[in-house]
Formats: sequence, C-alpha cells, structure tokens
Amino acid sequence: MEETRIGVFVCKCGTNIAGFLDVSDIAEYSSTLPDVVFTKVNLFTCSEAGISEIKNAIVQHNLNRVVVSACTPRTHEPTFRAACQEAGLNPFLFEFVNIREHVSWVHKNDREKGTKKARDLIRMGVARAALLEPKEFIEVPVLNEAIIIGGGVAGLSSAVSLAKRGFKVHLVERSNKLGGRLLDLNIIQPEMTSAKGIIEDILHEAENLPLINIYKGYKPVDLKGCIGAYKMIVENSKKETKEIDSGVIILASGTRMLDPSPYYGYNGRNIITQYELEKLLSNEDLEINNNVVMIQCVGSRNSENVFCGKICCMEAIKNSILLKERDDRIDVYIIYRDIQALGHENERLLRKAKNLGVRFIHYSAEKPPEVTKDAVKIYSDILNREFNIPYSLAVLATPQIPHSDAQELSRILKVPTDENNFFLEAHMKLRPIDFATDGIFICGSARWPCTVNEAIYQAEACAARASIPLGNGKVKVEPINSLLDEDICRGCGLCVSLCPYKAIELVNTDKGKKAKIIIAACKGCGVCGSTCYRHAITMSHYKDEQLLAQIEACFKE
Amino acid sequence: MLDVGRHPMIDILAYSELESVEGESSSFKATIRKKSRYVNASICNACGDCVAKCPVKVKNEFDMNFGVRKAIYQYFPQGIPSIMTIDGTKCLKITQNKCGICSKACVKGAIDYEMKDETVEIEVASIIIATGFDMLPVSHLTQYGYGKIKNVITGLEYERLINATGPTEGHLYRPSDKKLAHKVAYLQCIGSRDQNNCAYCSSVCCMYSIKDAMLAKEHDSEAEGYIFHTDFRNVGKWFQNYEKKGKNDYDIKYIRGRAAEITEDADNNPIVFYEDTKTQEIRQLTVDLVVLATATIPSKGFQELARKLRIETGKDGFVQTNSRLPVSTSRKGIFACGFCIAPADIPESVAQGAAAAGLAAQIALSRAG
Repeated sequence: MEETRIGVFVCKCGTNIAGFLDVSDIAEYSSTLPDVVFTKVNLFTCSEAGISEIKNAIVQHNLNRVVVSACTPRTHEPTFRAACQEAGLNPFLFEFVNIREHVSWVHKNDREKGTKKARDLIRMGVARAALLEPKEFIEVPVLNEAIIIGGGVAGLSSAVSLAKRGFKVHLVERSNKLGGRLLDLNIIQPEMTSAKGIIEDILHEAENLPLINIYKGYKPVDLKGCIGAYKMIVENSKKETKEIDSGVIILASGTRMLDPSPYYGYNGRNIITQYELEKLLSNEDLEINNNVVMIQCVGSRNSENVFCGKICCMEAIKNSILLKERDDRIDVYIIYRDIQALGHENERLLRKAKNLGVRFIHYSAEKPPEVTKDAVKIYSDILNREFNIPYSLAVLATPQIPHSDAQELSRILKVPTDENNFFLEAHMKLRPIDFATDGIFICGSARWPCTVNEAIYQAEACAARASIPLGNGKVKVEPINSLLDEDICRGCGLCVSLCPYKAIELVNTDKGKKAKIIIAACKGCGVCGSTCYRHAITMSHYKDEQLLAQIEACFKE
Repeated sequence: MLDVGRHPMIDILAYSELESVEGESSSFKATIRKKSRYVNASICNACGDCVAKCPVKVKNEFDMNFGVRKAIYQYFPQGIPSIMTIDGTKCLKITQNKCGICSKACVKGAIDYEMKDETVEIEVASIIIATGFDMLPVSHLTQYGYGKIKNVITGLEYERLINATGPTEGHLYRPSDKKLAHKVAYLQCIGSRDQNNCAYCSSVCCMYSIKDAMLAKEHDSEAEGYIFHTDFRNVGKWFQNYEKKGKNDYDIKYIRGRAAEITEDADNNPIVFYEDTKTQEIRQLTVDLVVLATATIPSKGFQELARKLRIETGKDGFVQTNSRLPVSTSRKGIFACGFCIAPADIPESVAQGAAAAGLAAQIALSRAG
C-alpha cells in the first residue's frame, strides 16, 4: 500500500487567527502528528500565493493528503479542493479544519486554551485525512426545460429571457391572468412610465415565444426529483392535475397586500390604501375637493411586521406628484417616519414633490396619527406641535407581505423562508438569487419587497444562473452521497420516511423491497446512515471508520 | 475573486485601461493599454524578496494612506493576479536611474526597468461596465474639518482601521495620538442629499454606519457609538432588524439631526455641534473620533470611459438605464452592473452582475452560433 503523506497548512488569516492563537506552535505540533511529512504557515492560505504553495508542496513532497486549518468550508473548500486537483491530487483527499470560526473567533480571550483546541482539531483532521479515499464528481443529466412559478413581472421576464435563449419554459400562474401586480398599478417611478405599458410589452414578447407554455389557474402541489430532473404536479381549482418535467425551477410567486382593515378606520371609500389610490389615479374623472393625507408605515416597521415595506415611500411621493400635477389646488400631506428615497433618481422625485408643495410631516412610532371621521390628527415631534388636517382622502401605505400559502410552497419546494415568511436565499449578500438547493432560483418580491426595476434584473439574473445547467445539459454533484448495501437492506422504509430531500425510494427487486438512493437528490446529510438499524447505509465521504478515527484522535493527545 | 483568478475562461487584464472601442454589438474591437508593471508577470511569483529590500517608502493607498508600502509592491495581499508592480512615479531607478536593488534581490530575474506600456486589441461580442464608485472628497466642506481636524476620518478610512489585516490590526487607534477611540460619532449625508454637492442619497451609508458602530463595540466593550442621521434609510432585507439590534444589543445611540459643525478641544477630541431635531435642542457632543459617511460618486475617470464607450450618463454622472432594461446601457451590446448605475449594496450588485452576464453571454453565444 502507498505510504500516507500528509501536508498540513496553517493559515494566519492576517490576524484573524494569528492574533489570537499561537500559530507557530500549532504548526510545529502538526508536524509531529502521524503521517504528517510537511507543514507550512501562510498569511492567507486562500491567496494566490497560498494556493501555489499548496500545489508546490504536493508535487515537491509527494503529498497524498492535504489538511488546511483555516476558516470554513463554506468559503474556501472548493478553492482548496481545486488546488489539490490542479496539482494532480484527487480533490477528495483534502480535509478542512476550521480554526477560525471554531477557535480564534470564539476564544479570543484565552490564547492558551484556544491554541490547545486548535491542536486537538488538527489532530482529528489529520486522523480522518489518513483514511480519506479518492472520489469522482458524479455527472447528472439536466433536462433543458424550466418551470417558473408566478406570472408577474419577475416570472414573465425570466420566462422571456430563457425562451429567447432557446430553452422551453413552463410558466405556472395561480390566477387566471398573467401580469401580476403591474396590472393594478398606474405609473412607475422614477421614469414615470405606464405600468401597463411595461407589462403589456413583456406579455407581448412572452406570447410571441412558442417555447413558453402557460399554465393559468394552476399552482404547485407536489415536487419530486432534483436539479436536472424535477417532476412537479400542478393543480387547478377543479382539482385537475398536470405533471411537468424540468431541469430547473425559478420561484417568482410575488406577494399580497397586507389587509388594511385593522388600521386607521380603513373603509375603502375615503380611507383607502396607496395601492387602491393607484387604480383611482388611472381614472380620468377622479374628483378630489379637499386635502389628501398619506400615512406611511401602516402595518409595517411595527412589532407584527418588523420589516420596512421598502417601496411605499416612493409610491406615496409619486402619487403626490401625480395629484399635484392633476390639480394644484389639492393639498397633499405625507405623514412619515423616515422617507426612503434611496438612490439618485428617487431623491430627485422627493425634491420635485416638495417643490410642488407636498407637505411632509414627521411622526415617531410612539405617537402615531389618529384618523377621525373628518380629520387626521398628528403630532410632529420635529416641530413640537400638533396638526389637525381635514381630509377628503386618507391614504394608507400598507406593505406587501408574503402569500398566506408561502409556508406550503416552501414545504413543497423544500426551500426555506425567513421569520417574515419571505423566501430565504442561499446567502444574503453573495448569493441573493440562489436557494441553497441546487437548481432552484428566486426573484422578485417573494424574496423581499422590490421595485419593478429590481424585479426585472433579478429575473434576468435567475435566467442567467439557470442557463448554466440548462445550457450544459449536465451538472456535477458532489460524491458525498449515501451508499446502500442491497444485500443487508430489509426494505423497511425507515430511511425513505426520514430523508429530508426525498432522495430515497422503495423499489421492488427480485430479492423483495429495497431502498434505492437517488444520488443526484442526496445531499449526504447522513440521516439515513445514522438511523438504519441494519447498517445497510454508509456515507461515502463520511465513512464510519473515518469518523471513528477522528473521535479516537480527539481523546488521544 | 480567487475564483475569477483561477477560472480557465477568464483572462484578466489588471492594471489596464480601455483606450477605445470600435465596431458594434457582437463584434466590438477594444483597444486596451496594459500599463507597465516593470515586472515580468510570467516570471514573478510574488515571493516578496524585492519588497523587503526596496528602500522607498510610499503612503499605502489600499490602507487609505494610513500605512506605508514600498515603491515595488502588491496592492493588497490577496490580490489577483498575484504579482508585484513597480510604482514608476516613485521608483528611484526609474525616476533617477539610481538604486536598482530590487533587480538584484529578485533571484528569478523578473524585474525589467525598461518595460513599456503595451497596447492589445481584443475582439468581443459584448461589454460589461462594472467600474464601481469613489468617495466624494470633502475637505471643501470645511464645517466638518476633514483634513484639518486629525480625528475626523471617512467611512472608508474607518474600514481600514477596524480591519484585522489593516494598518492598526483592527484596533481603533485614532490618528492624532494612536490612542484607542472609545466614543465615536458617525455622521450621515456628508455631501449626499446636499444640493451643492451630491443631491442624491448614497444608499449604503446608514447601514454601514450601524455595522461600523457594532464592530467597534465588538472590538472594545467600552465603545460608545452615536449615529447622526436624517431619514434613517435601512430598507433592505432584514435591515430593520439590524437597526434594532444596533440599538438594543449594542447600545448605539441614533440621533436624528445633521451635524452643523465640528471643532476640536485641546486634546484633539472632536466636538460635534448639532440640533437634535426630535427635541429641537442645539447640543454638542465631544467624542474621540468622528467618522464621516461621505457621498459616493461614479469612479474617477468614469465620464471619460462613458465617452469612449459612447453610452449615455444621467444627471448625476451614473450610467443611464431604465426600469424596463435595468442593466442595459443606451448602446446595444454594452451592459452595466453595480454602483456605476446607481448606489447599490452587495446583493443588488451581485444580482445585476448575473443579469448583465446573462445578456452579454446571449450575444456572444448567438454570434458563436
């Protein structure tokens, strides 16, 4: 058998690690561990210099295992694996030890014990590394068709974008018409273009693309499979179902408006929502003979909905401009907490509204306005005085909120939501339109309230991301899946019911019922392996002997 | 960044400027000037022997001029491509034909003082602009004393001080006496939302100031943060929670009021004069350090680039786009993403980047057939 030759790279991460741990002690200790033939300290192992040191060491010292003790696999595992591969070493002979998140950042005040813990973790990593086996990525074919959930501006935009690239699209819309929220809106700021113009333009494009299949009145009720081979069941109100196959899914299911009825005596006549004002403003004959008072942050930025509705301030400003331009004699008041006019175009509109004579009155959350039958009473903390403003129309800025069945959709697609029930992307900053599950993407207000502009570029971004597996016709899946020994399996089905990824099914074989693992769907979480009472399932990259060696090393010192 | 650096399909032309673009969508011809590094990129492996020997010390721009670098340097340690560059305006050999030490220090022979700028022509199907932003210089806003009062710094300078790999290793040592700053004021809208400077909102400052104040507290339990704001603009995903967390868990004081003036006392402590608009009181607050959230502007040289590319820019100098085509410029085949369109935070920039890449790839692929 080949001699095991392990290289250990200890990262300083600038001072993130080196500032709190004795890195040279750790490196020196690592060099005394069994099978370790090379150790090196790097300022940043992830830098190009650090990477080339790994590659050089593999070649020069004939390393056949690499251990990097640095940060988290989430940031740099792919990088270090690739470095191994480029130097001719199988990437699965690499082991990551996290001495930053697990040690230096959490034991900042105890250098000695932190250093000792880092030694322990490296000893464990080295023990596991010795038993690692080479593996190959698994290639899974991808059906070059996409399912898009939601026929609003986001869903339609990504459908058009994908169809233009030659991919077949299945667009599932729960209502009986396409167009979504934009159908109800009047004018879109900052360009002050017609909302209907925008959506009709996109609809026209969509209707002229034969690759787009539309399922109106349908919603998803079940989903099987994984990236490359999804099978979705959609159902209409008559409980008729259809089955759609696709390689990827884009979620663009949008939001609903918060029910305004608990707030400020909403009545739908002279106390309405900003959203309803949109419809009124598209009506030529609208007559308003007295003041219009707009109240911001209605049902948002409170204990019930902590978030900011994001688009309501600009909607109010836009509508105040439209009102003033329609009839300068109308006095418009915007009662606000913080005016959210971010970016350069919006600030210009805010100034325009002010120049047109729109009054802005600040209030604090502790002293909200009161709406009586004929006046809005409001205390302005900035002016330290109370206003009593008669109104002919009071307009409430209620936020968009997630659909009531967002949880159900989340369960069907197996993608997470946040505490507000907005869908939760893979990474808030760096992967804003991906879900952690491969092959499912998110755009539009289902992710977070957004403007038309944002919905469209997010949709384009989803289409771009989705085009990669669709265009390649295949994806690589990490070979960390579970493995079944069919001779031992009794077909009890325990693993089938426990698998959170629907990656195991029961099949009839010559030898009776047996579990079958759908490798492309398996995430290697280990639930099946640890619960199988027959020990018929092993995890291919986390084998019992590898983990046991790690545990034994933990207590060895 | 490293992923980009290692990707077999990405050719990086760093330290380069676009000279001109001809042709049209699907067949642009771009002329690019690769500025001379005086270091042979195919030989240098960034070992750093030359840097250790170089006698010339220059202010380090990456550290916002707090630290020093050498005349031969790498912009920052994780930078790609990982090679050294000689600053031709500071190098003694190049400016005065003296020294030449780095050439002797380099055992691989990568130094080439005679190296000239090189012009390359490349043919491309589409172009993406992602030139980012710069900060508005604010020394002309004399009421804030930036440049005169030592302990008044900008948000970007603060980023380097609080960064573990920065010039102070993450300790908030203030410029005047290198003492740890406990009490820090963060001032919003410095040059932004200001008719005489940048009329627009820079969009990212309210949130990064909360983050800055939280970081200070994490580094130093005695830290006190005061954020002076007008409208507090925290609208992105979970930003309201973050604002609350800053107040409740980090004890950051949010004060609604624009600072009017900053002076300093005998110990170089800045004094912030302001009106607390919620109580209508004129007050003053003496702090150890002031951090100015200065306005973000299109990056230096961007207007010239826009002219070369023949794309339209808007009133504030950003790329002109519209809601229907949010990452497309006025010229077919040229796309934009990130701050060059308008102030944007990370997830917005990332999503715009993917969108622009998709549209640009579509043109390239249809050209390839």
